[in-house]
Formats: sequence, structure tokens, C-alpha cells
Amino acid sequence: MHVPDGFIDAPVSAAAGVVAAGAVAVSLRGARRELGGTSRSSAAESGGERTAPLAGLVAAFIFAVQMLNFPVAAGTSGHLLGGALAAILVGPYTGVLCVTVVLLMQGILFADGGLTALGVNVVVMGITTTVVAYALFRGLLGVLPRTRRSVTAASFVAALVSVPAAAGAFTLIYWIGGTTDIPIGKVFTAMVGVHVLIGIGEAVITALTVGAVIAVRPDLVHGARGLTSSLKLRVDGELVDAPARQPAAPVAARSHRGIWVTGLVTALVLAGFVSYYASADPDGLEKVAADQGIDKKTEEHAAKDSPLADYGVKDISDTRISGGLAGVIGVGATVVVGSGVFYVVRRRRTQDAPDGTSRAGENV
Amino acid sequence: MGAGHAHKLYRHGHSPVHDLPPHCKIAAAFCFVVVVVSTPRESVWAFGLYAVLLGAVTAFARIPAGFLLKRLLIEVPFVAFALLMPFVVPGEQTHVLGLSVSVPGLWGAWNVLAKGTLGVAASVLLASTTELRSLLLGLQRLKLPPLLVQIASFMIRYGDVITDEMRRMSIARRSRGFEARGVRQWGVLAKSAGALFIRSYERGERVHLAMVSRGYAGSMPVIDEVTASRTQWAHAAVLPVLALAICLLGWTL
Amino acid sequence: MSQPTAPAPSLEVSGLAYAYPDGHQALFGVDLTVGRGERVALLGPNGAGKTTLVLHLNGILDAGAGTVRVAGLPVEKRNLAEIRRRVGIVFQDPDDQLFMPTVREDVAFGPAASGLRGAELEERVTEALKQVGMEEYANRPPHHLSFGQRRRVAVATVLAMRPEILVLDEPSSNLDPASRRELADILRSLDVTVLMVTHDLPYALELCPRAVILSEGVIAADDRTQDLLCDEKLMRNHRLELPFGFDPRSVTLDVPRL
Repeated sequence: MHVPDGFIDAPVSAAAGVVAAGAVAVSLRGARRELGGTSRSSAAESGGERTAPLAGLVAAFIFAVQMLNFPVAAGTSGHLLGGALAAILVGPYTGVLCVTVVLLMQGILFADGGLTALGVNVVVMGITTTVVAYALFRGLLGVLPRTRRSVTAASFVAALVSVPAAAGAFTLIYWIGGTTDIPIGKVFTAMVGVHVLIGIGEAVITALTVGAVIAVRPDLVHGARGLTSSLKLRVDGELVDAPARQPAAPVAARSHRGIWVTGLVTALVLAGFVSYYASADPDGLEKVAADQGIDKKTEEHAAKDSPLADYGVKDISDTRISGGLAGVIGVGATVVVGSGVFYVVRRRRTQDAPDGTSRAGENV
Repeated sequence: MGAGHAHKLYRHGHSPVHDLPPHCKIAAAFCFVVVVVSTPRESVWAFGLYAVLLGAVTAFARIPAGFLLKRLLIEVPFVAFALLMPFVVPGEQTHVLGLSVSVPGLWGAWNVLAKGTLGVAASVLLASTTELRSLLLGLQRLKLPPLLVQIASFMIRYGDVITDEMRRMSIARRSRGFEARGVRQWGVLAKSAGALFIRSYERGERVHLAMVSRGYAGSMPVIDEVTASRTQWAHAAVLPVLALAICLLGWTL
Repeated sequence: MSQPTAPAPSLEVSGLAYAYPDGHQALFGVDLTVGRGERVALLGPNGAGKTTLVLHLNGILDAGAGTVRVAGLPVEKRNLAEIRRRVGIVFQDPDDQLFMPTVREDVAFGPAASGLRGAELEERVTEALKQVGMEEYANRPPHHLSFGQRRRVAVATVLAMRPEILVLDEPSSNLDPASRRELADILRSLDVTVLMVTHDLPYALELCPRAVILSEGVIAADDRTQDLLCDEKLMRNHRLELPFGFDPRSVTLDVPRL
């Protein structure tokens, strides 16, 4: 998704730059509050600011985790974009800062994303993803029962929506300042449609990762901090780690189903959106969709697989999706893959639940 | 581990371009790209001249062309997008090699390709003639918020450390017979990612302790500052100024 | 150095007790005095509270009860800047300690944070790097160094602050024998009080004439290192084991002063 130079015209790029700068300024203030302290560190707060080292390390983590390949099938693989994950783990402000720094470094060091398009990239990938993900995440947590499972489920939905949201933001910017008049409906459909699929991958990975962190150090998950501290208060004293590890099983089952439904509905709504546009402009859509799909894949490989070494480009050979049914198939696939993944994840999760903590430790 | 592999982005050397202060180079590269982006796409010749300018800088910096061209590959995904444009954009149609393509689409493709390529080339030149550390100093000098520069410098410092940790975890996984083949293995991979996050965060806490132990109280002491003389600025300005001249010609012609 | 009242010992810990916010109590009244120029090994099993004690020495953790004085100066909020200059802690993982982009900047960090600039700062950096034999690596990024070199630079970052007392957390861990010896030579050559937290008993014996055992949050023993290591019952009681084939009785040391 890294936008190069010349894609968006100069005034809009500049405006995006101003927006990005403003958001970063706000985040710089906000991040200081967010990184105030976790349960283990409060005693060490005798001076000095934690923002720089912590955000720096989290940025390095995001950078590294973008290189972690998640195989899908038949040699293709995806990876994490990380905006939603950052927002949930360290909070939206720090999240914005971390992703911004990653983008800045990618732009300057790896020429990944144009220098003039930096503002656009930050707005799309840094701000939109983190803000949308975090807002959704908090909103869902407010509604759901306060358990760890809810946190994982909310992460799933937040990450799922954050990716197409970023695609939408890109489309909006392109609509205002795109250098070529591609019919905006097509761009939107293709972008959002493809990104719903990408979003599912992102969502699964994000939810699993958040789940893994929460199993071991729940105090580190910013979005779940309210959760742990309220649990801690009740005990307040002798038993050290016990409160954080209560699984709260009976509630979880119910909430999980709720989330499943919510997630499915979200996916369906988004997919429906796609199908509406797909039927509205059938001509040429399938090509945009197909090629942009490839585009996405190759870009992600090229962009982050091994940023320090060879920028190899793979998977570009897939140009065969043809026929007018691409849109429809896309929608179907979205739903099927979405619910399938949901099902698998749910099953795995329920299997893993009892020994989740110990497993996470093992896999370190 | 983690020791010894120098950055492949930077090409060590001593050339007039290498020796320019980093903030001058960043500013020059940025201005150059701005000028390129603002050039009307109909002035095809102007983009040729820009390319010549960059070629001259490359030669001046003694960067092998192959090195530069290889790094340009980063752009490929958007080339795919650009190649698509002539077929998608509505408007006046024309025939190229027997294919029906749209004229505005062709222009759009050309626009993205030319500007994108020049932008990437400029960034690559910047990164390959400036050390990481100086880039950060340059950004600091260009008044990027200090906290942002600090975050960036911590990211650079620990990027390798954490990538290495990730690699070790992957080796550990594979040593125990784990092979990630598909979606079913995502749980394990995500747990590694979670563990990696915890390690990173805890390292951040330890780094903070180490900083506090050495008297850190919230702001990094400025140890190095880069300065540029008027002549250095003038040298760095050559590229964007020439480009601007070309751009203005492009608008008037 | 900056202390006119010479007799004050480098480190005076008395009655130190501490519980973490989560309720876990790590220290139960630690008393420890380390005189000027002494080299003392702090031994103890895992979880004995060694790291907790170390973090009290420069005020990162706040004593629940008891006091810590460094060269006579109590560790209190208002003295923190001076305390942190006087107490140089070398952490276990040099990657945590070397957080700046180049070795030189890292070594300069401490003195610069205390306000030093320009030529004076430069001089400090060179001096500290010379002390650990790393002066030609000044402009290298820390992650391009070997582990042993990183550990040495970590020592230099602390030396640059001209500390009253050098506190080393597991200095010999992960070092190959040659680096281990090099570090020992460096430590011996320094004219500074050293408190060395370690599991490496031969290393303690080699470097520190005196040793204390911290066990279950209190100082359980305080004696000549060789005597401690030879007391098999004491050692066993505190989960301290000598490496296979190592007999502390067979080692003859030319104990320096003290």
C-alpha cells in the first residue's frame, strides 16, 4: 500500500502531510501518557521518560513482525501490516508514532513509499488503521463482557475493519487528488474488496498475537489494561499473578459466539458493499480487482520480506482471473473464507484455552 | 549473531555526494521530488532531463548503475498498477499494438511511472550515499520532533537485534520439526509474534532502566550536531535548482 | 573523587527491605558496607534479590525501609542525578545498555546527560574507551561488535561517568574464555570500587578478595571469597555450586591490598 511519488497530486500530498504532522504532534503528547507504566514498572518510575525507548522498541518490533511470513496456501503468504496490532498493544497514540516512524524509515531508507507521498502514507497506514482499529476495539470492549476472550475477539474485528478502512481512506485521497481519473467507484470497489480479504488475514494474525501476549503478560496489552487492573484491585496483596490468569470460562463461550456473529455480520456488510459496487460497474472491475490483488501481494513481499537485502518480486505471474464473475466470486470467497477462518480459529482457541499460557511460553 | 553484517543500503565511499551534510542531502532530495511531482506530465522531455540529472549525481557519487537499478525494483507493484491504467481509464481510445487503450489512461500510466521512478531513484541515491546515523542526525537538524528522531534511532538500533531474535525463534521452531505450511500454523506463528512483542517491550523497559541509570531525565543529550557551510548548501542545491529550471520550462513551453 | 570526607565508604546499605508493588517481597533487611577501592562479589542463587538490590543502589527502586548511601550521600530523590553519576551499573545484556547508534555516542551519553560538552566530553569518551581497549571502535555501531567487545563498551559507558562504584551484573556471562580474561584484566586495572553480581564463582575468586552471599533477601555470609567458597555446607545451603573439577583451595591468590 506504500504510495509512490506522483500518484497523488502535489496539493493533496501537501495537505495530507499537514494532517499527518498534526496527528503526529497530537500523538507525541498522547504517547507520554500511554507509556506511563505497566504493573511491573510503576516502581521504576523514578525519573526519565519511557516513551522514546519503549516506542522505539515497539517500532522495531512492528518492523520485524512485518517480515514474519504467514503462509496461506500454495506458496503464497501474507504478513502483518501491524497498525491495528500496535494500537491495541501500546495504545493509539504510540501506535501512530510507531507506524509513522516505520513508514518514515521505509521511505527514506528503502525508497518504499515516495518522499512526497509520506503524508499520504502516514494518513492511510499510520493514522487510519490505528485510529479505526482502536476506536472499534474500545467500543467493542465496552459492550462485551470483560474477559480476555473479548479482548481477542475485539482485536479480530478491529483489525479486520482497519485494513479496508485504510483502503477507503486511500480511495478518498485518490478521489480528491489522484493524478489520473480512474472512475472512483472502481477504485473503491477494487481497493476495499481486495482489502477485506487482506483484512481477514490481518485480523486472524492480530487476534492470535494479542491473545498470545495477553496469556503471558496481560499488563502489556494497552487496550486491556482496564481489565487487568480491575482484576488486580480485588486481590491486592499476596497472590501475585493469579488474578490475571483467571480464564472466566462460562462467560467466554457466550461472548465468543457473540463476537463470531458480529465479525461475520461485519464481513458480510463489507462484502455486500463490494457486491453492490461490483454489479454497478461490472466492466473492467475484475481486472482491477485481480491485478490489484496481485499488486497487493507482490508489494507486500517486495516491501518487507527482506528490506535489508534483495527486494525479490514473487507471485506476479497470476494474471489468469478472468470473466465477469470476479466480483461475485470475491464476495463469495470473502464470506466463505471469513466464516471458515472464524470457525477454525474458534475451534483452535477452545482447544488451546486451558493450556494456552504454557504453550505460549514453550513457543518462545 | 547480529554482528558484522553492515547495512546493504549504504554504499561506503568518499565522493562529493557522500561528504555533503545529511540534512542538505535530505532537503535536496525532497525538493527534487517535489519539483518532479509538480511537473506537467505532457513535458515528456523534462522527465528525461531529470533522469539525466540523477544519472549525473549517481556518477558523481560513484554508485554503480546496477546497484541503483536493482533497488528500483521496489517500485514494481505500482508499475503493475500503472500498466493497468490504459485499460481501465475511460476516455478517448487509441490502438497500440492492436490493443485498444485509452489516451488519458496512457498519460496516467506514464505520469505515475515517470514520477514514481524518479522519486524512488532519488530516495535510493540518498540512502546509498548517507549513513543511517547521519540520516537521523539530518532529520534532527531539519527540526523533526526530537522524540520522533529518538524513536527512529531506537528502532534502527534495535531493528537488527529484534529481527535476529525473530530469526532465532524461527530456527528454534523448525529445529523442533515445525514447518509453517498454511493457515493452520498461524496460531504458532502468532504466538511467536506475541512472544517477540513481549521480548521487545521488556527490552524497552530494560533499555529505559539503563538510560535512567546513566542520568537520563527525559531528553537525550545532543552529542553530535551536523552543520553545513554555505557552500555545502549551495552544492546540495544544484540538483533541485536545475530541476526547478526544467520544471518551469516545462510549464512555459 | 569529589568527596573531601575521605573515610566514607563507597557503599553503605543498612536495613534495606523492599517489596514489589505486586506484593512480592524481595529484600528483608540487607546490610552491606563496601569500602573504597574494594572489589566485592555478590553471590547468591537465582531469585535471591540480587538484581533488586542492585536497582536500589542508584535509586531506580525506592527503598521500602532502610537506607543506601553512596560515598556518604544518601540515595534520595533530590540526589538522584549525583547518585547515578557515582554508581555505574553495567547490566547483564550489553544490548540493553548500548542503546545509542554508535559506540562513541553511547559512551558519551552519561557524561553528556550530566551536562558535559565539547572537548571535555570527547576526552572523557576517549579515556573510557582506552581503559577498556576499545578506542578504535568509537565510530562503529554497537551491533557490529562481538559480544565480548560489547560488554567492554558497556563497561566504558559507565566508566565515562567516573563512578565511585562500579556495579557489574553477571559480567562474565556469555563470554568466551579469552573475552572473560580480557575483561578480568580490565577490571583489575581499574582504580575503582567494584561490586560484582555473579554466579561465576571462579571469576569471583579471581577478581574479588571479598564476597558476600545474598540469600532469601538478606546477607547470609560475608567473608574472604576463598573461605566462603571452601565452606561446603554454606555453599550447599545457598544453592551455590562450584564448577566441576574446580577446587578453590588449590588456587593461590596474590591478594592485593586490603
